Amino acid sequence: MSELVTDREVDRSKMKVSEEVAVQITRMNKWYGAFHVLRDIDLTVHKGERIVIAGPSGSGKSTLIRCINRLEEHQAGQIVVDGIELTNDLKNIDKVRSEVGMVFQHFNLFPHLTILENCTLAPIWVRKTPRREAVETAMHFLEKVKIPEQAHKYPGQLSGGQQQRVAIARSLCMKPRIMLFDEPTSALDPEMIKEVLDTMIALAEEGMTMLCVTHEMGFARQVANRVIFMDQGQIVEQNEPEEFFNNPQSDRTKLFLSQILGH
Amino acid sequence: MAEQPLHYVRTEMLEAKAPPSSQIGPLRWARENLFSGWFNSLLTLVSLYVILTLLAGIAPWFGHTVWNAGSLSECRKIIHNDFGPNADGACFAVIHERWNQLLYGFYPENGYWRANLALVGMLLAIAPILFSQVPRKLLWFSALYPFAGFWLIWGGSLWFPVAALLGFVVGGIAFRLLAEKSAVMAAAAGFVAACLWWFFAAGPVDEGLSAVFPIALQTVQSRDVGGFLLSIIIGISGITLSLPLGVLLALGRQSNMFFIRTVSVGFIEFIRGVPLITLLFTASLLLNYFLPPGTNFDLILRVVIMVTLFAAAYMAEVIRGGLAALPRGQYEAADALGLDYWKAQRLIIMPQALKISIPGIVNTFIGLFKDTTLVVFIGLLDPIGFINAIRATSEWNGIYWELYIFVGALFFVFCYGMSKYSMYLERKLQTDHR
Repeated sequence: MSELVTDREVDRSKMKVSEEVAVQITRMNKWYGAFHVLRDIDLTVHKGERIVIAGPSGSGKSTLIRCINRLEEHQAGQIVVDGIELTNDLKNIDKVRSEVGMVFQHFNLFPHLTILENCTLAPIWVRKTPRREAVETAMHFLEKVKIPEQAHKYPGQLSGGQQQRVAIARSLCMKPRIMLFDEPTSALDPEMIKEVLDTMIALAEEGMTMLCVTHEMGFARQVANRVIFMDQGQIVEQNEPEEFFNNPQSDRTKLFLSQILGH
Repeated sequence: MAEQPLHYVRTEMLEAKAPPSSQIGPLRWARENLFSGWFNSLLTLVSLYVILTLLAGIAPWFGHTVWNAGSLSECRKIIHNDFGPNADGACFAVIHERWNQLLYGFYPENGYWRANLALVGMLLAIAPILFSQVPRKLLWFSALYPFAGFWLIWGGSLWFPVAALLGFVVGGIAFRLLAEKSAVMAAAAGFVAACLWWFFAAGPVDEGLSAVFPIALQTVQSRDVGGFLLSIIIGISGITLSLPLGVLLALGRQSNMFFIRTVSVGFIEFIRGVPLITLLFTASLLLNYFLPPGTNFDLILRVVIMVTLFAAAYMAEVIRGGLAALPRGQYEAADALGLDYWKAQRLIIMPQALKISIPGIVNTFIGLFKDTTLVVFIGLLDPIGFINAIRATSEWNGIYWELYIFVGALFFVFCYGMSKYSMYLERKLQTDHR
């Protein structure tokens, strides 16, 4: 799994981490009923960071990024996204959600709408963009993910990799400042993983702030500026990818890396 | 068989040939579907025999149909004269003679054009809702039709339905003004504004305009509206009102808000647990005790309300099934894109949930339409009511097949039409390419 995901050189010229804070999480806790899923999470994400979150299943990594756009509610602590604190105020939640793009493991495209309609729906209804402009933007991003010719098909007619690229384009059409990826390649066949990762690399090269839950360690090495390792609802270790992979500190991380990279 | 060498290269490609005659045409169809084995062949022959015997029994009855006669005895006389003393025949003359009653009830004869016009208008109003090929502009007509249809059928001053319509306009404006702030507040304000209009402004506006521009049709009483006209009025109003109400109830049942959920569940379970006929009796008898004396609350309106509530409870459960079939990911994707609750419901959730529920929804519609015949028990004269009335007359005492066949056929045409349309809609909306 440690091989490079892409054959080309990753262009790091625009990948700049700024001082500006994109997401600030302080002492955040979450329970599912009596089960303590996230424990005292502290995390500061700066603009332009590419963070990969890794960890065994059930460690709370998906829950963590789903808290950032309030698909999950946290019970204690504070989450501030782009200067807006996430509380029960629905207005704030909708504002945050329109600034934060999300890509799901199972794509979650809208099957009753064409690819183009999938991409223009939110800009038209949430951002109130005029239809023509929304279509132009959508076609621009569909070209970027290299499937403009599928614009008038329905999601069911596309392959998994193509659907995931549409899902990325759909998020980008909202011009988000932050992108969240929740295991974007886990439901894909091996040959389709590459096309999705290539799209994500291209996005990183443009300086997008990204938080990515993934098992693609090659992607982490090449693109991330920080790798976070979670276990049992806590951040166990975080470091630059070089250090993280070559010189893991905690035993739990060592064990995880040996399992995931060992074969 | 000649042994093929391991090394083989095809030098010329084979042309496609026509299939043998046993593989195409009606012969193949018959062999595959009717005579595919000795048992199937036997079944085919037995079925053919049964069908032919039935036809042989029924065909003469239909063949000896009499269309013009004033009474059953006259009709029988004609049959005996024409087809022999022992001949049996259908007396569809009763339908010919009582045609207007079966269709319009006691609607004044000089007003049939109004009922016909209302029916044509209804078809025009429904067209843009059912078929996306029809110009969208016609939807305005669909929105206005309920008021136009009401005026055509019940008559009275034109300004009464106009004043009622203006209530919706006032409510709509109030909603628009506040829609940017909060959807819930806007909906409440719209509702209050419309109610205020209806209670305080609609009456004077109606009277004032009637005094200045006295445009009116001859008033028709609800008890004179009957026959198939009544079935269509109750059926179509019930269908158009129960779908939106059912959607709201289904959403209410899934709501996170305790009060709304409890009310929805209570309503659905209560209505579903009670026979429609008791609701209709409540509408016709009991409401009179509860309403302040002197209030004139139209009986047809009461029946429409009860039928709507009844169908809406079933509708809500059908739609809840559609909602449950949607993957959670659809809700999450809509949320993640920043769509608020109502937009997500309208653009993402409902289009898919309703599509899944089409068979169940149409099932409920068909059931509702046929249940309109129950109004006969509270004294309204729908086609079944007229059958009883006609059979009680001295001329037609003793006739039954012809009338029930006619009414059954009319209902069948409508219900089969709905069923066909639902299949067309399912095919049209199929985008998942499974």
